[in-house]
Amino acid sequence: MILAKVVGNVVASQKNQRYDNARIMLCQQITPEGEETAYTVLALDSVDSGVGDTVLIVQEGWGASTAATGKPQAAIDSAIVGVVDRIDLA
Amino acid sequence: MQLARVIGTVVATIKNEALEGRKLLIVQTLNKDLQPNGKPLVAIDAVGAGVGELVFWCRGKEASFPFKREDTPTDCTIIGIVDSDAHVTNGSTKTARQVMDDSR
Repeated sequence: MILAKVVGNVVASQKNQRYDNARIMLCQQITPEGEETAYTVLALDSVDSGVGDTVLIVQEGWGASTAATGKPQAAIDSAIVGVVDRIDLA
Repeated sequence: MQLARVIGTVVATIKNEALEGRKLLIVQTLNKDLQPNGKPLVAIDAVGAGVGELVFWCRGKEASFPFKREDTPTDCTIIGIVDSDAHVTNGSTKTARQVMDDSR
């Protein structure tokens, strides 16, 4: 899983039907120290995250699809599966 | 599978149900000389690893196999703890630990 910050969302009226009722969030990967990296990714939300939240994103199709839509085998490769409260570094 | 060092922990109250009770650890992937390589990732722990330990992790769908495989959303799971840095032999006559000491 990667750490990311939710920076916005995307509205698409015409989309794959498995994306119906899903929230598509625009996320920017961050380091554990909180610095933004150059990598941005779209991820389906499964935990009611919002802009500004630090989140955990799974980037594996089966898990992302199951977490976001309740069923596997949708054309989904990234899903938000947790909202981070705290990061402790050694 | 790749070698990594556990460098921290993550706390997330709101998360997928299947992740309840699972330990979330930040891992920094390492190269064969045990030097950091790439960005840190968040992994689920399947073996009881802790901060500071040298571990190896598994990517992809297979990462969910140690758990309830159909339900657990993970792409990075710690599946082994390396006994010590000296237990990594990398083809050179030096141990990874010696290479690290030399580079300091």
